[in-house]
Amino acid sequence: MGNLLEAHNVSKKFGNYTALNNVSIDVPQGSIFGLLGPNGAGKTTLIRVINQITMPDSGHVILDNQPLQNHHVKDIGYLPEERGLYKSMKVGEQALYLAQLKGLSKAEARKRLAYWFDRLDMGDWWNKKIQELSKGMAQKVQFIVTVLHEPKLLIFDEPFSGFDPINAILIKDEILRLRDEGATVIFSTHRMESVEELCDHIALIHQSNKILDGKLIDIKKQFKTNTFEIGIRATNELALEIELSEKFTVTPTSFKTLGNELKRNIKLAENQSPNDLLSFLTSRGEVSHFVEIIPTANDIFIQAVKNN
Amino acid sequence: MNHLPLIIKREYFTKVKNKSFIIMTVLSPMIMIALIAVVAYLSQINKNSERTIAILDESGLVSPIFQNSENTEYIVLENMSLEAAKTLTETQGNYGLLYIGKFTDVKDADKFIKFYSEESPSITLINRMESKLEKHLTDLKLESQGVDIEKIKSSETRVTITQESFMGQKTSKIDSIVKLVFGGAAGYLLFMFIIIYGNMIMRSVIEEKTSRIIEIIISSVKPMQLMLGKIIGTSLAGVTQFVIWIILGGLLLTIISGIFGINLMEASPSGQLLSQASTDSNIPDVAQSVIMAFYKLPLTNLIFAFLLFFIAGYLLYSSLYAAIGAAVDNETDTQQFLFPILMPLILAVYIGFFTVIENPHGTISTIFSFIPFTSPVVMLMRIPFGVPIWQQVVSLIILIATFIFTVWFAAKIYRVGILMYGKKPSYRDILKWIKY
Repeated sequence: MGNLLEAHNVSKKFGNYTALNNVSIDVPQGSIFGLLGPNGAGKTTLIRVINQITMPDSGHVILDNQPLQNHHVKDIGYLPEERGLYKSMKVGEQALYLAQLKGLSKAEARKRLAYWFDRLDMGDWWNKKIQELSKGMAQKVQFIVTVLHEPKLLIFDEPFSGFDPINAILIKDEILRLRDEGATVIFSTHRMESVEELCDHIALIHQSNKILDGKLIDIKKQFKTNTFEIGIRATNELALEIELSEKFTVTPTSFKTLGNELKRNIKLAENQSPNDLLSFLTSRGEVSHFVEIIPTANDIFIQAVKNN
Repeated sequence: MNHLPLIIKREYFTKVKNKSFIIMTVLSPMIMIALIAVVAYLSQINKNSERTIAILDESGLVSPIFQNSENTEYIVLENMSLEAAKTLTETQGNYGLLYIGKFTDVKDADKFIKFYSEESPSITLINRMESKLEKHLTDLKLESQGVDIEKIKSSETRVTITQESFMGQKTSKIDSIVKLVFGGAAGYLLFMFIIIYGNMIMRSVIEEKTSRIIEIIISSVKPMQLMLGKIIGTSLAGVTQFVIWIILGGLLLTIISGIFGINLMEASPSGQLLSQASTDSNIPDVAQSVIMAFYKLPLTNLIFAFLLFFIAGYLLYSSLYAAIGAAVDNETDTQQFLFPILMPLILAVYIGFFTVIENPHGTISTIFSFIPFTSPVVMLMRIPFGVPIWQQVVSLIILIATFIFTVWFAAKIYRVGILMYGKKPSYRDILKWIKY
């Protein structure tokens, strides 16, 4: 499948401050794309460029094989990090207005809103004012408004902030469902566990530059250190440990088990295979634990940012 | 996609349905009318309050000129000393005592005239008594020199200069006053409109910023469209309010003056000017001459110029108000930016009311009717006095060019400002935004 969205060499300066420096990303059709980076890295600027809120100084964006144009507004649903609603407007009126701005007819918007209100248990909210709702309730309204026009591209900037765990799961499931129905999702967040859970592609932006991107699995492979976490019960632990540190790079570790075995992280050298380690271990005692350490998104994030 | 109508509709209806807007719309004319009625009523009471003034005339020559009037009663005291008269006046609770001493020569009669009262007397009363005395004493002096008063009286003449322009158009004082009222009303209306609804636009921009909905909106709409929609929607709400005010005000005015029989027209300054002018020029029917003066106004020109200058001037200022709203986070930060906007506006009104009245085609009024930030108000005030079309056109072109520039400028500030939170921007920051 091709890319729904491509940004090519996008740069943006605000006065002397460079917000984006030659950033390119490819967002594959039907993926959930994690846009990661520390605060102030330039994620929001990139998202605003995609939304045509900010015009880039150079570079261009392609959506659905076309250069970004005015009419693409209706193909994008955007939930900004700084979000809110008109406080004194009624929920229904407001949702209708925002949907119409995205190009839906009033009748169509009304129909779809009825469906969504029903789906997210918001039946009697239509005539309530936003200021009467809790923060989480307002977030639900906002989510609906973002997805109502069934855009091809959904952009969520920190979508889970302000949700209680139950609603967060509800929204997460809705995002996954929308992806399954064909939408492509760009997902900007600091919460690495949700990246791990949802994203299949990521790009990491740091100090206005993209420093990493690709499939999450590929990146993990790239960042893995050939390290294994092992647990072994041996009769002579001391001898085993000396022997291990002669053959491999060993660091202490701890994890929860039922027994009281020797627990170590073992990094393999280039010419060593996991089987070498395993057969060595089985010859020395009873192996109770043998796991390859796969870097978490969090590890990758921290390491990539540090390396730059 | 053109969302302008949608935005205008939302802005209009949220304004019009707003509770405080509705209350303001209904209450303001009532309060205004009530105020006018109270003022009119009070001045009537003041006029009607009866005063009794005692007169002790030792010369015996003066007291006959003081005739009882509607609200002043004169009592002539006789055969008592000044001290006794004072005590009597005080114990009877009368307003005051006019004492005229026994003068030997009319020439220095005024040295013998005194007025005693408990509090300092009303200036109008003193003036009235003075003018009566002056007239009477002058007559006495003339008589003592053997002049026939009747002859003088019969040869007194009043003159009303009939004014006519070179084009052969007759004008009168009433005409000038009608022009003044029209020009002044138009200029002042624009001034009020800009201040009231400019502020409303500004608040509505700030509201979008503080409620953080702005980013959602501008991901669907161009900021320029949003800004224009806001300005137009709010202005339409303003026009609605104004029309309701005028209708409601007119209605209430008629009802109240009907019920209380108070002539509110007389209480207003323009009404006083008019009635004064009519007595000066001995025109019997004020209403008729006002209507005549009204028809003599360059009406078509007035209406067109009013619409054009009003719209262009209003848009010029309101775009700046929108830009200010975008630049700040809350209303308290707006003061330093509002000041430079209000300055030319207030200046325009002052120039209008002082120099245009003095000389509608003088250098200062003419210059300021070309400067774009003052021209809408000053020009609107000048037009009833007849401004050459080329001047109006040039002024309008300058105004529209400036208006296009300020809208562009405001849109730049708006576009960047609506996404800026936190620090209150300085003028330098704002200038930088234009380059973004």
